[in-house]
Amino acid sequence: MFWDWDYAFEVLPVLARASIVTIQATVLGFILALVLGLIFAIMRMSRNRAISGATTAVVEFIRSTPLLIQIFFIYFVLPEFGIVLDAFLAGTLALGIHYATYCSEVYRAGIEAIPRGQWEAATALNLSPATTFRDIIIPQAIPPVVPALGNYLVALFKETPLLSAIAVLELMQTAKILGSQNFRYIEPITLVGGFFLIFSLIASAANRYAERRLATIGKR
Amino acid sequence: MNDMMSSPPLPAATTETQPMVRFSGVTKRYGDLTVLDNLDLDVAPQEKVAIIGPSGSGKTTVLRMLMTLERIDDGIIYVDGRPLTHMESNSGLVRANEKYLRSVRGDIGMVFQHFNLFPHMTVLRNCTEAPINVLGLPKAEAEERAVELLELVGLGDKLGEYPQRLSGGQKQRVAIARALAMRPKVMLFDEVTSALDPELVGEVLNAIRMLGKQFQLTMLMVTHQMGFAKEFADRVCFFYEGKIHEEGPPEQIFNAPERERTQQFLSAVLEAG
Repeated sequence: MFWDWDYAFEVLPVLARASIVTIQATVLGFILALVLGLIFAIMRMSRNRAISGATTAVVEFIRSTPLLIQIFFIYFVLPEFGIVLDAFLAGTLALGIHYATYCSEVYRAGIEAIPRGQWEAATALNLSPATTFRDIIIPQAIPPVVPALGNYLVALFKETPLLSAIAVLELMQTAKILGSQNFRYIEPITLVGGFFLIFSLIASAANRYAERRLATIGKR
Repeated sequence: MNDMMSSPPLPAATTETQPMVRFSGVTKRYGDLTVLDNLDLDVAPQEKVAIIGPSGSGKTTVLRMLMTLERIDDGIIYVDGRPLTHMESNSGLVRANEKYLRSVRGDIGMVFQHFNLFPHMTVLRNCTEAPINVLGLPKAEAEERAVELLELVGLGDKLGEYPQRLSGGQKQRVAIARALAMRPKVMLFDEVTSALDPELVGEVLNAIRMLGKQFQLTMLMVTHQMGFAKEFADRVCFFYEGKIHEEGPPEQIFNAPERERTQQFLSAVLEAG
């Protein structure tokens, strides 16, 4: 038979456990992307040309090179400089940093959409730059870009199989191992695909819901 | 950054009333366009100055420079005897940096044509944000101050409301209370009724009238409300092509303007109603 149900049910629990690693990498990577992305966005707006220029260069460099190479670099090259990270940490770090550059563009769009009058009112009230960002700019810049950030969450999630390249025991790597042990790939690989499909659909639906909610809050 | 000032020195402190605001040889250019040309203007403490003139005459720029929203290209501005646009250093006066500006611009408050309220904050929070974060007031004290001012402008019942739910006149009164909560010495009003429906202009002007009596404020207002300028201002400055073309007490400017440009402008404005 082309599809072996018994085998499928046999590997399912193993894959379910591996999916926890995938979700961990997604969540941790995305948190890093959100935080670091905001830092990148703010640094790019610095009035200090050295800071904004250097940040722009770093962001463009990371954005324009493949994630897989960055994963390899962090895992295989950094140890040459004495920085040794385990595979999960290296992979999650690479995911987070890579997606931080995308998120920083999203934040930047959100920040640039804030009317100039808001900045001027903040200056007229003598608010410090830090307070202006924290209380005036960020709270207005983020809600409109939540859907765009949500899209990157889904995209990052779908890229976690790249971590199999450095043998992180996430879904894809586990499926590959199961396949090579039993000489049957179709069931584990299909199940992994199904898992990604289901979670992506759920995340997209949640994102659309958030989008609608934010739209109604915006009309408050 | 450190371009040196060749002129003018700090004014000597005198026992005479020192001007609250002094523009000394202030020039502002946008590229080739000179918006303000070597402006000299002294405003006495608690004086109320109305600035009128055709669009493009540089009148709004005067306020924006005083609020430090725009850098000046030449000259110097003093507020309450201290240089605003420049600071003292070992080598004389140099252009003020951000840190120095933060230490001096607290004397100045501004109300904008388009209100610029913070839309994600309630009316009350709009008025307490800066007192808490800039003046370091405890929240309770800042709220007490804000409520007092909001009641003064007739908005004591809107404390928890968001700006989107207010009329233009109400928004502008919140903006006035928000600026006043910082206890400035100088208040700037930049065409504060221009974005309002005609029937809402009165409530905002009343609020300004009232706080003119209630507080010891120096006021500069750019306005198209000639009736209000006439009644409220101590002095009217007519700006034309980046200069004060004519100035004087309102009776003189409105009833017997001496210069042709002033006459033309006033007849055009009065005709438009």
